[in-house]
Amino acid sequence: MQNRIDQLFAKKQHGVLNIYCTAGFPELNDTLPVMTALQQYGADLIELGMPFSDPLADGPVIQDSSTKALQNGMSLHVLFEQLAGFRETIQVPVILMGYFNPVLTYGVEAFCAKCAAVGVDGIIVPDLPMAEYEHEYRPLFEKYNLHLIFLVTPETSEARIRKIDSLSKGFIYAVSSSSTTGKDKDMKDQQAYFERLKNLKLSNPVLIGFGIKDKATFEAASAHANGAIIGTAFIKAIEHSRNIDETVKTFISGIIQ
Amino acid sequence: MDIAINTGNSRYQVDKNGYYGRFGGAYIPEMLYPNVEELQSQYLAILSDPSFQQEFEALLTDYVGRPSPLYFAKRLSEKYKSKIYLKREDLNHTGAHKINNTIGQILVAKRLGKTRIIAETGAGQHGVATATVCALMGLECVVYMGSIDIERQAPNVARMKMLGATVVAATSGSKTLKDATNEAIRDWINNPVNTHYILGTAAGPHPYPDMVARLQSVISEEIKKQLKAKTGSEDPNYVVACIGGGSNAAGAYFHYLDRENVKLVAVEAAGHGVHSGHSAATTQLGTIGIIHASKTLLMQTDDGQITEPYSISAGLDYPGIGPMHAHLYESGRAQFLSATDEEALAAAYELSLLEGIIPAMESAHALAKLKDLPLKEEDVVVVCLSGRGDKDLDTYIRHMKK
Repeated sequence: MQNRIDQLFAKKQHGVLNIYCTAGFPELNDTLPVMTALQQYGADLIELGMPFSDPLADGPVIQDSSTKALQNGMSLHVLFEQLAGFRETIQVPVILMGYFNPVLTYGVEAFCAKCAAVGVDGIIVPDLPMAEYEHEYRPLFEKYNLHLIFLVTPETSEARIRKIDSLSKGFIYAVSSSSTTGKDKDMKDQQAYFERLKNLKLSNPVLIGFGIKDKATFEAASAHANGAIIGTAFIKAIEHSRNIDETVKTFISGIIQ
Repeated sequence: MDIAINTGNSRYQVDKNGYYGRFGGAYIPEMLYPNVEELQSQYLAILSDPSFQQEFEALLTDYVGRPSPLYFAKRLSEKYKSKIYLKREDLNHTGAHKINNTIGQILVAKRLGKTRIIAETGAGQHGVATATVCALMGLECVVYMGSIDIERQAPNVARMKMLGATVVAATSGSKTLKDATNEAIRDWINNPVNTHYILGTAAGPHPYPDMVARLQSVISEEIKKQLKAKTGSEDPNYVVACIGGGSNAAGAYFHYLDRENVKLVAVEAAGHGVHSGHSAATTQLGTIGIIHASKTLLMQTDDGQITEPYSISAGLDYPGIGPMHAHLYESGRAQFLSATDEEALAAAYELSLLEGIIPAMESAHALAKLKDLPLKEEDVVVVCLSGRGDKDLDTYIRHMKK
């Protein structure tokens, strides 16, 4: 079967909305209700965070959601239990995002097999270096038809972007500025970088992330790429939500309508 | 100076990919790639540059007060029926071995054109050593410190501030050294161009473990010369050092790594006891994983969440060890022991009374295992006395028998 991420980009090349949420947040069993609502109200892709004790690339909001999810009892084992059977109701592509240590401890092949079994389409592991992936883990991810999505930043050289493009599948995650997640940096400063990326005519679609928080920033990012990723702003929105469905509906309608 | 020696043939030194056996590497997010790549590609050239070596040596001599003495501890030797020498890193400026590394790295930072320095600190020793060299060079300095450590190490916080550093509380996670390191790494991600991160121990992404080990290797370089002058041989039977992340041990072992006749002994902090649930004995309790961008041994849950260690010594209170030490452990090149809080305290009181030297709580862990080594009268033992005990006086006073 063709990977759902590829299916998505085959039919939609503009304004793709990818929303990040931490698994097991705000409550342990909110994972599926959040995903269901995201699909229902118009997210094209769901990026599900696997919480980690030491999320190096994340700012305070996502860190805190990770800590809360761990306190709630979330773990990879629990997550895979929650995800068993989710494909009966959710059709949009789902990506797991998390740090390498829990995956390594779970066992990389066991992790890939489990992802494939429950119906996960792609993986983002920000601290898995390209060289290690290429030499050690690529055959495993490919065997299970899991797309590994790499990040590029404004500081990434063209040669390296091309190398990343050749190893990436699904799409490339373009970090809008060199920062941890949730930093407010002026999108205008990044115009040149986005233009540069666009002109490289990469083989993978490009989604822009970090600092995308509302309709204006989503549209600004989408103008330069195939779409954008929202994380911190969504976590803030659902953090104290009493009604997940209503909160997700309000949040997404604020972005794409 | 031998810090730039070619280590290509050593089984115990870093390989060209940044690994020690199966440990090491640089598991960094892409946002850190330019910073780390710049260091990886330049550190050896900088360290072997004569102008660097000249400046480094001059500062070690005139500012730090090196060479630090290798002191024959006569009464301690009588007690343990062998020949015990103490490598007096406690006599360095700022009171510990940490300054060797910060002097070296600030010179590296200057050569890379960096104008802003960041660092992590646990007990505050590395923070003070970093603030010191930043004052010396007139560079901006930001030190991350767990909010819990800020409360319990007030004098060192005051020292850093007096030296002009900004101390930022790390309030994430467990609010101690591990989290201070996370915050420093996050700062580096957010400041990719002008900032150098002076990591304080032989851990973190390649090239830090090797760079820090080389900068600290002045310790074993001096031991060789001093021991030769005192005993006629460069080689002791044992080199004993405490290990948190492992920088003083890396420096004390460095020139002995390939001399297998010299036994290397590493002492970890057992806290209340290795299996008490309150311990920092990483090799005993840890499994392979990634911590602070290095593949090494670390303490973690079955689910791969990094756990919080415990030791009475803030400097050993770290849930990982440097990748070089993980390899020394796995290959059997070094013998790993652990000392409890109680054993370390007893060793600190003993050294104070026998030799008139109050050791740092960390160094006391190394001294605590003299009683467990099968020492013979002719054995020459070098213990790395990594720091002085001034910062630990509150702890010592609290535990002193009435």
